[in-house]
Amino acid sequence: MAGSDKILEEITTSEYKYGFTSDIESDTIPAGLSEDVVRFISAKKEEPEFMLEYRLKAYRHWLTMKEPNWAHVKFPAIDYQSISYYSAPKKQKVLNSLDEVDPELLRTFEKLGISLVEQMRLSGVAVDAVLDSVSVKTTFKEKLSELGIIFCSFSEAVRKHPELIKKYMGSVVPPGDNYFAALNSAVFSDGSFCYIPKGVRCPMELSTYFRINSAGTGQFERTLIVADEGAYVSYLEGCTAPMRDENQLHAAVVEIVAHKDAEVKYSTVQNWYPGNKEGKGGIYNFVTKRGICLGDNSKISWTQVETGSAITWKYPSVILKGNYSVGEFYSIAVTNNMQQADTGTKMTHIGKNTKSTIVSKGIAAGKSNNSYRGLVRINKGASKARNYSQCDSLLMGDRCGAHTFPYIEINDKTAIVEHEATTSKIGEDQIFYCNQRGIDTEKAIGLIVNGYCREVLNKLPMEFAVEAQKLLAVSLEGSVG
Amino acid sequence: MLEIKNLQVSVEGKEILKGLNLTVNKGEVHAIMGPNGAGKSTLASVIAGKQDYEVTGGSILFNGKDILELSPDERAKEGVFLAFQYPIEIPGVSTINFLKTAVNEIRQHKGMGNMEAKEFLAMLKEKQKLVQIDTNLTGRSVNEGFSGGEKKRNEIFQMAMLNPQLAVLDETDSGLDIDALRIVAEGVNKLRNKNNAFLVITHYQRLLEYIIPDFVHVLYNGQIVKSGTKELALELESKGYDWIKKEFSEIPA
Ligand SMILES: Nc1ncnc2c1ncn2[C@@H]1O[C@H](COP(=O)(O)OP(=O)(O)OP(=O)(O)O)[C@@H](O)[C@H]1O
Ligand SMILES: [Mg+2]
Repeated sequence: MAGSDKILEEITTSEYKYGFTSDIESDTIPAGLSEDVVRFISAKKEEPEFMLEYRLKAYRHWLTMKEPNWAHVKFPAIDYQSISYYSAPKKQKVLNSLDEVDPELLRTFEKLGISLVEQMRLSGVAVDAVLDSVSVKTTFKEKLSELGIIFCSFSEAVRKHPELIKKYMGSVVPPGDNYFAALNSAVFSDGSFCYIPKGVRCPMELSTYFRINSAGTGQFERTLIVADEGAYVSYLEGCTAPMRDENQLHAAVVEIVAHKDAEVKYSTVQNWYPGNKEGKGGIYNFVTKRGICLGDNSKISWTQVETGSAITWKYPSVILKGNYSVGEFYSIAVTNNMQQADTGTKMTHIGKNTKSTIVSKGIAAGKSNNSYRGLVRINKGASKARNYSQCDSLLMGDRCGAHTFPYIEINDKTAIVEHEATTSKIGEDQIFYCNQRGIDTEKAIGLIVNGYCREVLNKLPMEFAVEAQKLLAVSLEGSVG
Repeated sequence: MLEIKNLQVSVEGKEILKGLNLTVNKGEVHAIMGPNGAGKSTLASVIAGKQDYEVTGGSILFNGKDILELSPDERAKEGVFLAFQYPIEIPGVSTINFLKTAVNEIRQHKGMGNMEAKEFLAMLKEKQKLVQIDTNLTGRSVNEGFSGGEKKRNEIFQMAMLNPQLAVLDETDSGLDIDALRIVAEGVNKLRNKNNAFLVITHYQRLLEYIIPDFVHVLYNGQIVKSGTKELALELESKGYDWIKKEFSEIPA
């Protein structure tokens, strides 16, 4: 037995593969948070008055709030005054082609195996690359604008489409929603905005790559996606981060609004720096993601592959307001070494005949802790609402932990709610069986893990699924001799 | 091809193989029989490189190479195949993907490139026919929910796909119905050639009527205590193991 544990341990104690920093001059303000800092950020971004007001209100609310402590994670207290709240690459002139993009940035993408050129050429993906909070490059804009689709940085949207921002920002995640959302609302740096007009099917996957790039800089991304009546969009968010020795706070907010007959697919591959084997460093990923199915027959689907971060605290949720609306949550969460993840979803059924599906696959290795936390709430009057939940945990070795906290609140008798849960272990006998067929242990674990996650991987867009599979293998591989 | 000399193996401090000798040459089929708990599966596992088995003495050479130095996947790549007594289920991993990975890993080891999809599918079809395995089964996850007999047949199918130099079949016949037994045996006979060899572990003389062995060995108390030809299997079938046990009970442990 001891021998097999050793192999599992070797396999599961791999170092982060994407540990590097790119050297782009950034423009950072001293650490600390105050009303002045909030005003500084707003001024720096040349924001209209309403935006400053929004930030200040959120900041004042945040001051009255307490950091939540209910998640199954442990970390030293965060000193919010030691964080610098603004950092941006030097202002650059508008770029016409990739040749004009900072070669350092292009190399960074290449190291990640995600060259912009390849992305654009092979998959027709419009890439809005966000580096340290400010959009560096937006592509395919023209093609999108022909269809009336708006896809731009959040700051640009604030300036060019204030009426849409005023109408939708904070409509799903109000500024005072929770501690981290309030902080984000006060100091958010930048992010993406996407609007798909009535009846338009977005012809390509919209994609944004985020990177944290400045030491000690908190990241406060803001994403807002609005699909008008009958519109459709598939949105991809992916990220990796450079090696850091100190903890970095990441508190993003993502809001999705789906009007009548609209559909939004939101896929994430999250690979922030998880810290080293001893649990030193790594990103604190405290994200608020929520969508609302506002109109009848609308649909919001979250798919996430979470492999990075020291701590993940994240519950992409759907409010099912319209009748016959559909909410989905497909998740793979991998924790290794000392990582901690508390992730899941909240499905709130308000409309009649609403339907939600939850499929969660947790994989815990090393000494990590992996929790699924979910709430299915059926409100009174949400007649014939249905939910199906499946929460599986896979353990590698016996020093990690997997936990499920499924909460169910049913206030309507006609609701049907089903919940299934399993816990399994990658057996040494399974690995030996693969070995005996000529498949080495790393590949065997990759095969088994990908098999286990198939249901979720199948939900990802093709190119993303391939990348995600590689990422799963990389996250769990080690130095097996 | 396979040379086992004075092999001593312990599991959790308990000595199970106590100086076992066995030589298998190219083109030969050896049968190993012996009472329950004699150490037959232990021998198979040690050849394949399963952990938990501590080799305390002796050696195993495969084509002159000391395979005790190799990891299990390296041994497989060198051409050692084990048909498990209890095949393992791997949920979520399709049999086809599993075999494609295995075939290509072995090819890469030999310095060959990956097999083309078309060629792979052709081979898949051919081997499915050879062992008459239901295409339904190969479309499913590896062994998941297979009946005992189906699992055994799947082992032989995998053997046909990987075309090993040395195949160790650990009680592949138990759990098979009469027709399946014949089909599996025929499959083995078709795969037999002058360059490969089989080590067939069985409790039943019946299998050896189909797969005619060149040698039959009796493994008892961690050693090979008797070797003969196929007539020895018939003798064991009629007399049981008592006479062997009596004759060799004095063997020092
Ligand atoms: N992992 C293990 N832990 C403890 N004892 C073991 C282990 N593996 C094998 N043994 C013991 O070693 C002895 C030999 O077992 P083995 O499986 O090799 O027998 P076998 O000859 O294959 O028997 P059978 O005919 O029943 O298959 C048995 O006493 C068994 O209990
Ligand atoms: Mg046995």
